[in-house]
Amino acid sequence: MRIPFSYNIRNLVVRKTTTIMTALGIALTVAVLLSVLALVNGLQTSLRSSGDPKRILVMRKGATAELTSGVTRQAFQDLKFKPGIARDSAGQPLASLEIVTVINLPSVDSEAGMNVTTRGLLQPGIEIRNLKLAEGRWFESGRRELVVGKGIAARYPDARLGGTLKFGKGEWTVVGVVDAGTGPINSEILGDLNQVAGDLNRMEGLSAMWLVAEDEITAKSLINSINDDVKLTAQAKSEVEYLEAQTSSAAPIQFIGIFVSLIMAVGSSFAAMNTMYAAVSRRAREVGTLRVLGFSKGSILTSFFLESLVLALVGGVLGCLLALPLNGLTTGVGNNLTFSEIAFNFRVGPDTMATGIVFALVMGALGGLFPARSAARKEILTALREI
Amino acid sequence: MPETVIQTRKLTKEYVREDYHVFALKEADIEIGRGEFVALMGPSGSGKSTLLHCIAAMDRPTSGEILVLGQDLSSLNERDIAHWRNVHIGFIFQSFNLIPVLSALENVELPLNLTALKKQERREHARNALELVGLGDRLHNLPRQLSGGQEQRVAIARAIVTDPDLILADEPTGNLDAASAQEVLNMLSRLNKEFGKTIVMVTHDPHAARFASKIRYLEKGELLPDGRTPADWNLPAAEATSG
Repeated sequence: MRIPFSYNIRNLVVRKTTTIMTALGIALTVAVLLSVLALVNGLQTSLRSSGDPKRILVMRKGATAELTSGVTRQAFQDLKFKPGIARDSAGQPLASLEIVTVINLPSVDSEAGMNVTTRGLLQPGIEIRNLKLAEGRWFESGRRELVVGKGIAARYPDARLGGTLKFGKGEWTVVGVVDAGTGPINSEILGDLNQVAGDLNRMEGLSAMWLVAEDEITAKSLINSINDDVKLTAQAKSEVEYLEAQTSSAAPIQFIGIFVSLIMAVGSSFAAMNTMYAAVSRRAREVGTLRVLGFSKGSILTSFFLESLVLALVGGVLGCLLALPLNGLTTGVGNNLTFSEIAFNFRVGPDTMATGIVFALVMGALGGLFPARSAARKEILTALREI
Repeated sequence: MPETVIQTRKLTKEYVREDYHVFALKEADIEIGRGEFVALMGPSGSGKSTLLHCIAAMDRPTSGEILVLGQDLSSLNERDIAHWRNVHIGFIFQSFNLIPVLSALENVELPLNLTALKKQERREHARNALELVGLGDRLHNLPRQLSGGQEQRVAIARAIVTDPDLILADEPTGNLDAASAQEVLNMLSRLNKEFGKTIVMVTHDPHAARFASKIRYLEKGELLPDGRTPADWNLPAAEATSG
């Protein structure tokens, strides 16, 4: 049997200042990691959760994003009567020709402004995405009216309900706010296709086409059919596939965040190691006594190692608590495919916190192993003679 | 001669320092029988603690043989020695060596954590040991809440809680005032007389040595023949050696 766990817990409590300082160091490291993970998690959730395998995006061949794609009205006419496209209650195909551009808006984070995706779409485009208004009403055809995603309304003062935005040939009024859950439409501004295209002098130079297949199996054959259609010179992919590719915009943040966390983790591990070495040194005589009482070297090693893990666990839990307020907080990152900002919520879920705890325990293990080994290796008489 | 508990033959402990050798113990031969209370005396550096540490397998001799309770300690590995020590030896330190963050009861219970006893049984044994040393009302006190004498009594309870065959005490009264020392010595004497425990005690104190049934002297690492005292020591203990 091992040395009682209470021995370790009480030692941590007795030297509470050292314990708290070390745990705080670990907590900060965990908090930084969790912040990054929460950001990446939020972005990925935003992009992935809204993807529907039945929704299909059609772009110019070779285009990687709607912004850099180009399609014609003629292509849309040819496409929308393809078999396999779902129809609305009026029997019209659920297909939408759309124009996508970016406009610069001052945000709460940057007065210089951020690029925001602005989309002109046809009426079926709303039904295709199952969009629901949170406030106001939908834009009307032929009027400079806009509906903004909830994330945009929260982060851009000019884009709140009733606000006016200036782009194209005049001022546009925000008449509604749409709640697209965690989907990317939350980070977009929507308007009538012809009004937006006219203001941008791009009546023929449109961006992409969206459509909905009758079911998932049909979606796959429809995608193949579009990709094989020589006349269309377009490529189709499911929304899931398209959004998956966009999650790469989080990669640089993820890389830098994890890199910084790892650097901090090295520091925190050394802090834990220092604390544990001090503990071993201060308790050398106790180590000697425990050995005389019959505890093996393995018991001593386990005991000090566990103590370091407990210390790290405290730090991990504190780190989670520090990061928890970020949960649900709205932020945005630049998307390197659309050249615009995607707004989303930080997501500190149980899996993220579990990662933080494991990360803390790894720091504790790295910091505790050598001091624990040093304690276990002490010669009994040497340990008993140490003050 | 009762059953032999400790037997050493030419037990030697030599420390080698760069260009000189020091014999902490030189060819010591000693036999201690079951139920004896032996005091090891001698000036500082005479080797008495080294002998005690060798008996407790806390130190390994350079040469010679040592059998404790019939066990050749040199044949055991570290893990087996730890187990052997837990089962057979109760050790009392000069400075008590209690674990400061554990209560008296928990300190006494510590060696029992290595036995197969259940928690309730361990508690019961520890409580009984503390009651035996007169500290039944101090079970939950931390060491810092006890006097030196009480701390040493807790240490004695810890040493006897596993019912060991052999109790080894290294200057058990060295850090105590006269009254507390008397209490501790009375307790050791009682353990020897009432419970038949074999006790080996290292001490500087002639008064403490008188509680033993036999006194053996060491000088410059050598164990003097039974009944002999170091020439320059003014010791009143010659008569005690026959006890």
